[in-house]
Amino acid sequence: MLLIHCPYCDETLPELEFAYAGEAHIARPVDPSALSDEEWRDFLFIRTNARGTHFERWRHIHGCARFFNAARDTVTDRFLVTYKAGESRPDLTVKESAE
Amino acid sequence: MTTQKHDFAAPVQIEELAPAARLSLRVRPDHRAVLADALGLDLPARIGDRAASDGREALCLGPDEWLILAPEAADLIAAAAAVYPTAPHSLTEISDREITLHLSGPSVLDLLATCCPRDVGALAVGRGCRTVFDSATVTLWRDGPAVFRMDVWRSFLPHVRNLMALAEAELATGL
Repeated sequence: MLLIHCPYCDETLPELEFAYAGEAHIARPVDPSALSDEEWRDFLFIRTNARGTHFERWRHIHGCARFFNAARDTVTDRFLVTYKAGESRPDLTVKESAE
Repeated sequence: MTTQKHDFAAPVQIEELAPAARLSLRVRPDHRAVLADALGLDLPARIGDRAASDGREALCLGPDEWLILAPEAADLIAAAAAVYPTAPHSLTEISDREITLHLSGPSVLDLLATCCPRDVGALAVGRGCRTVFDSATVTLWRDGPAVFRMDVWRSFLPHVRNLMALAEAELATGL
């Protein structure tokens, strides 16, 4: 079982308390009616499907119920970092060089 | 050599507590102090912390969410409504949503470990948390090293009680 650190509870808890909520940092277009069908399709359905580091949303649904963001390696399933919703994407290269 | 201990006293006691008023409070952190004054109850900022006064209890469930227990809801609702213009919030009575179980006994942690994925033993006495029991969301209050209260949504209660009865039977036979 994965252990996930909730940035709001500040505790590392089992995966069963959490729900996956798709890719993170996808901004809704300011004026959707100005988009072409292809751009709207890309916003709705086209995702990175990364092999390696993936930024994604999780929800601590059986806990504080907050959405937050996480960087997870899709190959190893290792969580690199979790951070609160609304915060910008962390610079992972800084963290790696520190290790 | 290990020796098998046979404790013929009940390893866990499970009982339903009498209904009490339960309220869900949602308020932004800036207005927390105003609500705390109005309700006459400290609202802890850290998730999992509890406060109690005059038979009322508050448990911080999230960054802007508190669960409040009280003997009566009416005066709390009136007090909160009075400060609504200065501190917008949502205070909802949810007394009927859940039923509280009182769990105690030497094997209570084993009982909870059968269906709670989190390390319940690591929850400090006097704190609480919202977590999951099998598939049902429950609120756990740790009142003593082997004393818990568990709020279960009423429609999930038969499922939770069945699982507990199964675990209780296994604990009683020393498995």
